[in-house]
Amino acid sequence: MIEELATLFEEYRILGAFWVTVQLTVLSAIGSLIWGTVLVAMRVSPVPVMRWFGTAYINVVRNTPLTVIIVATSLGLWQTMGVTMGAERFDTIGFRLAVLGFIAYTACFVCESLRSGINTVQVGQSEAARALGLGFAQVLGHIVLPQAFRSVIGPLASVMIALTKNTTIAAAIGVGEAALLMKEMIENEADLLFLITGIFALGFVCLTLPTGLILGWISNRVAVKR
Amino acid sequence: MTEAASTGPMIKVTDVNKFFGDLHVLKDIDFEVPRGQVVVVLGPSGSGKSTLCRAINRLEPIDTGTIEVDGRQMPKEGNALAALRADVGMVFQQFNLFAHKTIIDNVMLAPVKVRKLKKTEAHNTAMKLLDRVGIANQAQKYPAQLSGGQQQRAAIARALAMAPKVMMFDEPTSALDPEMVQEVLDVMTDLAKEGMTMFVITHEMGFARRAAHRVMFMSDGEIVEDTTPDDFFTNPKSDRAKDFLSKILTH
Repeated sequence: MIEELATLFEEYRILGAFWVTVQLTVLSAIGSLIWGTVLVAMRVSPVPVMRWFGTAYINVVRNTPLTVIIVATSLGLWQTMGVTMGAERFDTIGFRLAVLGFIAYTACFVCESLRSGINTVQVGQSEAARALGLGFAQVLGHIVLPQAFRSVIGPLASVMIALTKNTTIAAAIGVGEAALLMKEMIENEADLLFLITGIFALGFVCLTLPTGLILGWISNRVAVKR
Repeated sequence: MTEAASTGPMIKVTDVNKFFGDLHVLKDIDFEVPRGQVVVVLGPSGSGKSTLCRAINRLEPIDTGTIEVDGRQMPKEGNALAALRADVGMVFQQFNLFAHKTIIDNVMLAPVKVRKLKKTEAHNTAMKLLDRVGIANQAQKYPAQLSGGQQQRAAIARALAMAPKVMMFDEPTSALDPEMVQEVLDVMTDLAKEGMTMFVITHEMGFARRAAHRVMFMSDGEIVEDTTPDDFFTNPKSDRAKDFLSKILTH
């Protein structure tokens, strides 16, 4: 089995494919944290049209299957509307569109986690901030969101783990990440099915387990003492 | 504190009414607070005194009437409201210190973000204020590490850091253990002596007698008596005030 394993790693770019998975995950994570924060600010804002947009966005995007979103970025944005995200090469376009789709989708879950975090911040905190003369954006940015973030790092870790595994859907539009390579390897080396599946399952555990552990540790460190 | 050009009353409340659904919580409230006056509001719980205090800086909206602070009517919302609130210091029953910030950062936040002071300047003022309320040595701690009395003194320092024209106190000692009440009242008494305009809701009769210029007694959403502390405690006129005092002073 050791020999077969060595051959597989020699003939296929397994580490390279996982590197693409990592890139998809990290870029989408950063983007979805930012966009999710913007969405939650809209959902709690005093402006009705922003609240309406935030709620409508969440309800539409969260309830659409991720595969549909990812395929739509490729068929709709790129092939129909000609959006190439500033890239020229086929695989780069697919990669960037996939990141866009993951951000659009994952931000919904970031937003809803944060919104539950906002509910854990006592009303008195924002009242005290308003009484000092801080405006809505300042109250949210300096007082409410920092406390909300600290209380939802656990749930956000789950969102990030789900995102890591969701990046396999990028295979649907031909992005060369781990799942696409696995499919190719299983087709070519059908007799090594279990070994190949094991490699990729273990590979994802190696990516997601530390995410959970590190974020759990951070969650304890930054917890707001009341 | 900052002296405005106008010499009219600091707070002017005219015909204010407020409802919570069918409940009429503020009934035709009408009064003025001159500059430098210390007003203590007394009354049984549910009499509307807390709502009145919160209405003055519009943490509670009112249904009819007007409230003016230093000659300017409270705006409904937006930046103008935030600017006027910055001039009204507020101290809460539950302290409401920002739980994720140290004491010094609590005090510095609004001067830096709202008044746009430089950090070093805000830090110096904050340390002076913390020293004045006797907790300069707690500056680097988080609110949860302080006793209730220390937290409330920090909250007073935080409000004072904005150099407010008037200070509102909404039952500042009601959430404290008995042995910590005095240290907070001492800070408030000093503030009163320095000429700060104060609007204090409290159950501390000793403070009302000692530091107040004026006592307003509220019951069922109305101001029933409005007089000097001496007059109120020795010669209450209404039955509701007599009843309230008999319940409090027998203990």
